[in-house]
Amino acid sequence: MDLILAIGIGALVGSGVWLILRPRTYQVIIGLSLIAYGVNLFIFSIGRLRMNAAPVLAEGPINPADYADPTPQALVLTAIVIGFATTALFLVVLLVARGLTGSDHVDGRESN
Amino acid sequence: MPEGTLLALMIALPFVGSFIAAFLPSNARNSEAWLAAFVTLGVLALTLASYPRIVASGALRSHIEWLPSLGLDFQLRMDGFAWMFALLISGIGFLVVVYARYYMSPKDPVPRFYSFLLAFMGAMMGVVLSGNLILLVVFWEATSIFSFLLIGYWHHNAEARNGARMALTTTGLGGLALVVAVLLIGHIVGSYDLDTVLAAGEIIRDHELYVPILVLVLLAAFTKSAQFPFHFWLPNAMAAPTPVSAFLHSATMVKAGVFLLARFWPVFAGTPEWFWLVGSAGMASMVLGAFFAIYQQDIKGLLAYSTISHLGLITLLLSLGSPLGAVAAIFHMMNHATFKASLFMAAGIIDHETGTRDLRKLGGLFHAMPITASLAMVASAAMAGVPLLNGFLSKEMFFAEAIETHAVSWLDTAAPYAAVLGSAFAVSYSVRFIAGVFFGKPAEELPHEPHEPPFLMRFPILFLVAICLVVGIFPGATIGPYLHTAVQAVLGEGTPEYSLAIWHGLTLPLLMSGIAIVAGLAFYMIWRPYLATSEEGPPLFRRLNGQRIFDQVLVTLSWRWARALERFLGTRKLQPQLRLVVLITLVAAAWPVLRLGLASPLPDLAAIDPVFAALWAVGILCAVGAAWQAKYHRLVALILVGGAGLVTSLTFIWFSAPDLGLTQLLVEIVTTVLLLLGLRWLPKRVNFEEGTVLGARLSRARDALIAIAAGLGTTFIAYAVIVREAPGSIGDFFLSNAYSQGGGRNVVNVILVDFRGFDTFGEITVLGIVGITVFALLRRFRPAADTIERPEQQRDQLAFDEARADRSETDTVSDYLFVPSVTMQWLFPFFILFAAYLFLRGHDLPGGGFVAGITMATAFLLQYLAAGTRYVEDRLKVLPVNWIGLGLLTAAAVGCGSWILGYPFLTSHFQYVELPVIGKVPAATALLFDLGVYALVVGAMVLMLIALAHQSTRRLRAAKTAEESA
Repeated sequence: MDLILAIGIGALVGSGVWLILRPRTYQVIIGLSLIAYGVNLFIFSIGRLRMNAAPVLAEGPINPADYADPTPQALVLTAIVIGFATTALFLVVLLVARGLTGSDHVDGRESN
Repeated sequence: MPEGTLLALMIALPFVGSFIAAFLPSNARNSEAWLAAFVTLGVLALTLASYPRIVASGALRSHIEWLPSLGLDFQLRMDGFAWMFALLISGIGFLVVVYARYYMSPKDPVPRFYSFLLAFMGAMMGVVLSGNLILLVVFWEATSIFSFLLIGYWHHNAEARNGARMALTTTGLGGLALVVAVLLIGHIVGSYDLDTVLAAGEIIRDHELYVPILVLVLLAAFTKSAQFPFHFWLPNAMAAPTPVSAFLHSATMVKAGVFLLARFWPVFAGTPEWFWLVGSAGMASMVLGAFFAIYQQDIKGLLAYSTISHLGLITLLLSLGSPLGAVAAIFHMMNHATFKASLFMAAGIIDHETGTRDLRKLGGLFHAMPITASLAMVASAAMAGVPLLNGFLSKEMFFAEAIETHAVSWLDTAAPYAAVLGSAFAVSYSVRFIAGVFFGKPAEELPHEPHEPPFLMRFPILFLVAICLVVGIFPGATIGPYLHTAVQAVLGEGTPEYSLAIWHGLTLPLLMSGIAIVAGLAFYMIWRPYLATSEEGPPLFRRLNGQRIFDQVLVTLSWRWARALERFLGTRKLQPQLRLVVLITLVAAAWPVLRLGLASPLPDLAAIDPVFAALWAVGILCAVGAAWQAKYHRLVALILVGGAGLVTSLTFIWFSAPDLGLTQLLVEIVTTVLLLLGLRWLPKRVNFEEGTVLGARLSRARDALIAIAAGLGTTFIAYAVIVREAPGSIGDFFLSNAYSQGGGRNVVNVILVDFRGFDTFGEITVLGIVGITVFALLRRFRPAADTIERPEQQRDQLAFDEARADRSETDTVSDYLFVPSVTMQWLFPFFILFAAYLFLRGHDLPGGGFVAGITMATAFLLQYLAAGTRYVEDRLKVLPVNWIGLGLLTAAAVGCGSWILGYPFLTSHFQYVELPVIGKVPAATALLFDLGVYALVVGAMVLMLIALAHQSTRRLRAAKTAEESA
């Protein structure tokens, strides 16, 4: 379980890092999305992995040990939404830059 | 009036006046002058009124706590010495204001002038009245800034801009040194209180940090007082309006440096370091300043160098470390202020009435303006140190001190000779000033016909010259007691016996004065023919001027070196930068692990769930596949990214986080659509040849290695974290209190809208800003030329329609996905219902404002997909910007609502409400906050998506423009 998720996170981040080092803007945006998944999963796993833990409080007295840690979840939830916003912003910057420079290279012109 | 109020008023009054002056209309010359005169007179009156109290009690003090934990209090303190300066600042300030009323042209924007002038005056009062060193530094910096603004008052003039910049750079540097010095003093003494520091002289002098502190303080004082080698800014500051020069460059600003030296004289003076550093700077300034002054052709430049010289004299006196030297220094500070301010004003009148300040053009003005000429002559005589004037008295004291031996060294031996030399030069330039302007051949071809100025413009000079005379003739009866109060404030019990008499008998100092006057006259007569036509500046030294060196240093530092550094270290290419970021991250992460080791238990391979393993096999394939395909097969890469996102979403659900799974799934949908919309504007890439070049292959191999290292490293760290026992987390607090305090069972949602509501508020603000930024960027979007044409598929469809007789154009497009599009349109209300459902249950079950917002945005999005941009925009007005504004305002209003009830921002309240039919429902103000979140998320998401979708309508417009330009 633990190992698989860790490998998954590594694969996401590794693929993302490869992509952000590429010269095309589209590659970079895909790479950032992949890294975002990896990072979100990593932050989430900081709260430790719990299967079949109740996410919603039951009636009566509460024993925190019965529940999944909500703090990383709250962090990741907003991170997902903000991640969408940054993807959108980057996409638009990419498109505008492409319109202005005529190139989709990350530097705005082809390297020679 | 209580002491505190009195002192605070003396500083506050000019600042208040400055504030009012800034808002008067730009042609309000008279009201500005009245206001400024009222303010300066008010401060003057306060100063005069406080004198008896100072004599009685030694010093007035006021103490207001500000940041006591940092030792920073608003402490004011006025002793006799500070009082003397307050008198100079307010008295000469008043005269300058009167003078400026006539000097400034009706075309000048006077509110700015008076506003800055009064603010400067307030800052200067602050410097002299500060009882706390930090406060002193603050006011010290303020004087630098206001002097910058005043010197650059005529900012259309390049000279004024350069002069202002140079003054600010130099004095700002000194200010920086002063900050450090003050912090060090505070470190040693343990207090920033001026009284405490003044009493701790011995501790400071014996401390090992004494020399660094001394150097820093001297740096501050020398830059401010334009002492060699930092003198060069003062002549360049002469581009300021003359009232500014008369105020700042004679009486106040430049005096701040020597004020500082005298203020801390009891603390620092008396050591060999002090003697050498201060003495050599003072002597160099005095002699060189006077020498350079002779060769100036600009009368203000002459006065500026003379100021450097006289300040050098004061510095030299302070360097001696003898109490009598300090007395002479303080006395000369006052004398210099009176005669130099009047001379600056006279120079201003000459400039004003003739239109030039060039000594080569001026001449014979005595007949045109006899009164001004007479006044200027008396003031010049005081500057030259002629008997019966105040300048003579302090110069005699200076001579008397110079011949005394203080510390056996060549500097001390040279002092009397340097003193005579400097005085002789002073006589030369004073004579040159008078003879060059008022006598000799009457000037021809002056820009204006010279005549006497109005009486009130002359009055300030008259007044100051009268002081020069009265003090010069009856020193003991006039200035004596005040000087004594000032001296006592600095020297305390060590105040020496001194005599202010004019006649001390036939003494050596008198002889020295005589020599200086005769030699100075002779020197002038020798150089006179040369000076009549010579260039600006002294011979030999003309090339070696401070301004040039300063400019060179600045250019080298801020341009050449900066450029070289950028060339050497910088790159404008993104890839090397990102590579560097990744590598540094790798090293930073690996370093502690390798150094300290990180033991992790070996994985238990038997415990692996095959389903989960299969899920992630798909996830990893998707991720790697996306990385592989992103260059040539964008759509494939996008689909694969979506796959990785789905696996992520399932993982969240797998590990008991349904909220995250839901959000991730919905965001996945909108992200995919967003990127799909963007694909259309990217260039076609069909060239598969790339990557065969050796260099490109090598760099790909290197990047692959980096990526593998990053992946492995992340895997290792993630694994190491996950297998560790969880430490106690704040999550327990949230779990225990979510229901009892937040009134919700879905803890994640309660954290978002209640416990950490302020964070969420910040987050949605960011989201709104990003949405509006995207919108703004796209408003000016110009697609690249090769993407203007319709996409290939659409062209094919249109061609197909055209080729058939039974079909009209766009038939195929409108039939495209017909059944799904009808379904999607029908689904619209259900989506709204679903969003409302997710929203309402959010506090107790998975859901909430974020998820509901994305759902609602998806509903709008589907309409665009189903029927096309045109169709939807004709029928549906979404107004996403309003949603954003409304959401943010709702969230803020809910937050502020708790203020009304006396709770901090965003405190939530909840209770159960009995509703008909539905029954008992929980109602928390957090729900209202969540409503704001919801509205904002809807607005921002829809704004981004439809702004991008809307671009497809640009094609026609863009095509039209391209046609027109062709």
